[in-house]
Amino acid sequence: MGTLLKRHRWIAPYALLAPGILWLLAFYVYPAFQMFIASFWSGSLEKGFTFSLANYTNYTETINQFAPQYLRSIVYAGAATVLTFLIAYPLAYTIAFKGGRYKNLLLFLVVAPFFTSFLLRTISWKIILGDTGILLGPIKELGVLPEDFRLLATPVAVISGITYNFLPFMTLPIYVAVEKVDIRLVEAARDLYAGPWRPGGGIAGAVVAGGLAAVLGIVFAWPWPILAAGAALIGGAVGWFLVSESFIRVTFPLSLPGVFAGSLLTFIPAIGDYVNAEFLGNPDTRMIGNVIQNKFLTQNDYPVASALSFTLMAAILIVVAVYARILGTEELTTTGRV
Amino acid sequence: MPDIDVRLVDVTKTFGDVVAVDHINLEVEHGEFFSLLGPSGCGKTTTLRMIGGFEEPTSGLIELQGEDVTWLPPYRRNVNTVFQNYALFPHLTIFENVAFGLRRRGARGDEIKSRVSEMLRLVELPGYEERKPTQISGGQAQRVALARALINRPAVLLLDEPLGALDLKLRKQMQLELKRIQEEVGITFVYVTHDQEEAMTMSNRIAVMNRGRYEQLGDPESLYERPATRFVAGFLGVSNLLPARPEGTADGYAVFRLEDGTAVRAPRSLVEGLTGRLSLGVRPEKIRLLELTAESPAHANRLQGVIRDASYLGVSTQYVVGLRDGKRVTVYEQNVERATRAEMWAPGEEVQLTWSPEHSFIVPDEPAGSSREATADQGL
Repeated sequence: MGTLLKRHRWIAPYALLAPGILWLLAFYVYPAFQMFIASFWSGSLEKGFTFSLANYTNYTETINQFAPQYLRSIVYAGAATVLTFLIAYPLAYTIAFKGGRYKNLLLFLVVAPFFTSFLLRTISWKIILGDTGILLGPIKELGVLPEDFRLLATPVAVISGITYNFLPFMTLPIYVAVEKVDIRLVEAARDLYAGPWRPGGGIAGAVVAGGLAAVLGIVFAWPWPILAAGAALIGGAVGWFLVSESFIRVTFPLSLPGVFAGSLLTFIPAIGDYVNAEFLGNPDTRMIGNVIQNKFLTQNDYPVASALSFTLMAAILIVVAVYARILGTEELTTTGRV
Repeated sequence: MPDIDVRLVDVTKTFGDVVAVDHINLEVEHGEFFSLLGPSGCGKTTTLRMIGGFEEPTSGLIELQGEDVTWLPPYRRNVNTVFQNYALFPHLTIFENVAFGLRRRGARGDEIKSRVSEMLRLVELPGYEERKPTQISGGQAQRVALARALINRPAVLLLDEPLGALDLKLRKQMQLELKRIQEEVGITFVYVTHDQEEAMTMSNRIAVMNRGRYEQLGDPESLYERPATRFVAGFLGVSNLLPARPEGTADGYAVFRLEDGTAVRAPRSLVEGLTGRLSLGVRPEKIRLLELTAESPAHANRLQGVIRDASYLGVSTQYVVGLRDGKRVTVYEQNVERATRAEMWAPGEEVQLTWSPEHSFIVPDEPAGSSREATADQGL
């Protein structure tokens, strides 16, 4: 083997690639192709399916009939991605820069939920968000919230569930990126008069938090002016006190590759997720994943389910392409080299 | 009385149990090229970082141009730093790197533009504005780091081993360049290095640091010609140190008895205040080798020895000479008169070593500690 590899060095890269390629061919390319064919079938499980190139009705049906679920998936996944980012960035930053000797322990705690099943964790959120659960129960007891106020079976619950479940996927890439930022660059920035970022940080914090709350409020028909004002106040305070100019000019731009990777790792699986909507939502919060799951496993409608999946793939590709264009991936990869 | 740009008063910095900087007192004059020289771990970088504001002293006072800055953060101090490995911002162009400080202080667009190009001209990098730090060489990165700091016209420029990552030839070239730029802009430079030659080439004054304090402070010539401690004698160039017992004075010189029984002389001024066991030092290039029978100048110090080893170094030849008591002395002889191997001294030949008493220096023998107190105070 050794002499063979020595004599035919060109083999080595192919030999190393072979297991991955074979695996993907067998379990990804072939099923995807099969599904692509199936999306042009017509018929039913009982009568048998027939293939027809003229059959585009599966696609027109999916797009016309399930547009609300598609839109909802994008909104929920998008909101959850922004929320995971807002939670994960300070978390990753703190672990990387202030973690000290507890760094590894803290990182372990970030991934510790993975030791429990994804389903179990999502179901346990039902208990937390339940109408008289540990979160709402005491508040209602105090009379702060009306008796019929609920979180479970609302978009809030679904988005919270997604946010929680994908937090590690956002935290770890950001951690890796922030940890790589040379502390001497931060010192250099401070040496070059980068101090606290006021009032810029306050304004930026208020705009980001207020804007996000306003968008969510309008989408879900909540009393958005109050929400936006409250969020802007909190965001403004955080920005005013915590965001420095060296962070906004150096650390943050240099950690963008991690933000980019983390948001893709969160957004793409989240948009197809159906577990959170299934357990934490109601019929009006069904995402496209729920429809696909239902079509495939309950109704055995393979042609429409396949067409739904391919339409979803196309939607994700378009969203990611736009996102990559905005964030400029090429720029990001070159900044990685120091 | 010259203006003092940097003043350290009794500055101490400890990290846990480790004393990095131990009660340092320093004054750097306006327009001076001042070097902190010492081995790694001597506290020179910590001292620099305290001046820059990156470390807070455990105790003591730091003044910049008469203003107490001890507790001010870096962005409130009128100093800028050239970092080891440059610390250029990889995501910004050369233009934006150099403009960084001006932008933070709210300079106008056209002013930034003209000052950046003026600065890039000074460091001989015009036309590099749009490149990224990854697209330039180490030597160019060094110049950009310098431009990025100098453009802010700081009261003091701090340089932390800025040439350490460059190869020897580039380093020599940059030494001259740095000195030229410093003279051109007239800004006070505080320069940290472990390279004694680098410090000697550029500095007006050098503080030789060891174990959190400086052993001696002075201009390069006096440090080299009159080292006050064994550490300085050994760290700056090569020294021959021979244990010596004082035996009074003669002809205006202090007389010492060496262990091989010979009496040698040194300037009397060097012995004042020194007690305990002493060593007499002489630099290898100050010693001349003569035939045993040759006539040596009057008053010259004379020793006898046998050539043990000769190494031809091109510009000079290095001899190791064994004295009568077995001590070994290194001698450099310029290859002026003797240029071929046949003309040189050969191992085994008996020779006479002579040098002028003026070239002798005296250092106390006891381990640092007690003597350091005295020399550190002399420095001021």
